[in-house]
Amino acid sequence: MMRSVLESSVADCHPASAPDYTPVAQLRDLQLQRLQAVVARAWHQVALFRSRMDERGLTPQSVRSLEDIGKLPFTVKSDLRDTYPFGLFASPMKDVVRLHVSSGTTGKPIVVAYTKEDVDVWTSVVVRCMAGCGLHHGDIVQIAYGYGLFTGGLGAHYGAEALGATVVPTSGGNADRQIMLMKDFGVTAICCTPTYFLHLIDRAAELGVELKSLPLRAGVFGAEPWTDSMRRHIESMSSIEAFDIYGLSEIIGPGVGCECRRHQGLHIFEDHFYPEIVDPTTGEPLPDGSEGELVLTTLSKQAMPMVRYRTRDITRILPGRCECGRTLRRIDRIGRRSDDMLIIRGVNVFPSQVETALLQIEGTLPHYQIVLTRHQGLDEMEVQVEVTPRMFTDKIEALQGLHDRLQEALDHVLGIRVQVALVEANTIERSQGKARRVIDRRTL
Amino acid sequence: MKIHQISLFVENKPGHIAAPARLLAEEGIDIRALYLADTQQYGILRMIVSDWEKAARTLEAHGFVVKVTEVLAVLVIDRPGGLADVLGALDGTGINIEYMYAFSDVRGDQAILIFRFADPDAAIARLQAAGISLLPSEELLKK
Repeated sequence: MMRSVLESSVADCHPASAPDYTPVAQLRDLQLQRLQAVVARAWHQVALFRSRMDERGLTPQSVRSLEDIGKLPFTVKSDLRDTYPFGLFASPMKDVVRLHVSSGTTGKPIVVAYTKEDVDVWTSVVVRCMAGCGLHHGDIVQIAYGYGLFTGGLGAHYGAEALGATVVPTSGGNADRQIMLMKDFGVTAICCTPTYFLHLIDRAAELGVELKSLPLRAGVFGAEPWTDSMRRHIESMSSIEAFDIYGLSEIIGPGVGCECRRHQGLHIFEDHFYPEIVDPTTGEPLPDGSEGELVLTTLSKQAMPMVRYRTRDITRILPGRCECGRTLRRIDRIGRRSDDMLIIRGVNVFPSQVETALLQIEGTLPHYQIVLTRHQGLDEMEVQVEVTPRMFTDKIEALQGLHDRLQEALDHVLGIRVQVALVEANTIERSQGKARRVIDRRTL
Repeated sequence: MKIHQISLFVENKPGHIAAPARLLAEEGIDIRALYLADTQQYGILRMIVSDWEKAARTLEAHGFVVKVTEVLAVLVIDRPGGLADVLGALDGTGINIEYMYAFSDVRGDQAILIFRFADPDAAIARLQAAGISLLPSEELLKK
């Protein structure tokens, strides 16, 4: 008897993954129905949204097709700040079961809220992510994202538990203990930021722990952009399969989208999050396949519906269907954010390019930081690179050679002259497992 | 004959040598010889200490990047031509000196030369054949 691709893929996954295979026409109907409901909810409950609809002469009845989403006003990050703390809530506080806070780098933080239903949806999408990564009942999953106000830890935790895995909630930090528990418990999968996992790789080597000999077989990495060369490095150093998971607190947290085992883009759980790509400058919608800014609308969120939220992440919707059989559309891996772009002496520079250059030379990603200053009206960019045990030698000429190779690779990749500074290990500030990549000291 | 030397990466900024020095002091580790190779930006602090394993462990635990290498200590009479004699023994042998530094011994008229060779075994054989005395680690560390 012949089995269709679809049946065999479903069979490999968790029952919660069934919506991943909804026939497209049915999915679009569901999306329209949910879009109309979420717009009505936000219009009735959220003053800011209603006033923006009024300005455009729109009412919930204006949404008759999915294409009509393009008429709706955008929501931007500053809207969350300006209405801090509860201004965008669409549910009374008694129905809110959870609050998360994302620390702002400038000024006030942002607050996001969840009803019981929202937490259930969040859990279900994380289950679908992990099932798509091939994890299942019986896996031992170490959650090394920070637990607490940050959505990473708890989001991954609830999902992994609902999947039926054994959860080890290590939270972030204390690399030696992370490695000890990973080894002693026979952990099979880890969730953390990709840079934190790089740190664990280095630390394991220093401790003499051979990651390749452990049962660890998968890593679900997110909360910051990372590159394919980082993936190759991670996979070759640890023999795991590395997956990219995408999410943001404003939408729900981790679990908006995730790679499946084909690793050809990230499936967006579009029965809950409707993706669009727009021109980052004009806001005009772009067709599938074009690169632009990802805009997401929450289709089922109760406590804090987000209509057309500007993520600032630059990607494209990949054309065609994934070989895995899922009907969910995919986005390209996110390499940069529209607000990450640095303009240095008129040249556009993305931190991800610095990463590419460092990886080319070192084959590993050391901790680094970009420091921008301005001297007599001229921008200067310094890339500080922490000297790792792997890089360090007791010979000046070898270190100088490394310095020169880094300098050359950066100049080449960025197209501008930068200064490379080798700095002592563990001197670049880390926060929440996410590294702060850019320090801009330029003043006009 | 080989001696363990520890090297540290340090930024060329005020106070950056004080921290490792203090750590070693707290652990009761004696610094027998020290040399700083530096550039404008950073330096490599090379040290021969009374307990290299403990020193490396302590410094690493405090986040320093440490490298342990094997060097040779050569004892010469502290007089004109002392260094030239040693280097002369290596002439034409193809034995490559990565770097060297020297300090005079408090015990008297002797100086100690520390050599890092690309091939320490070949260097040991050659120096011994030329009748040059190499100082074993226990001798070097003796006060």
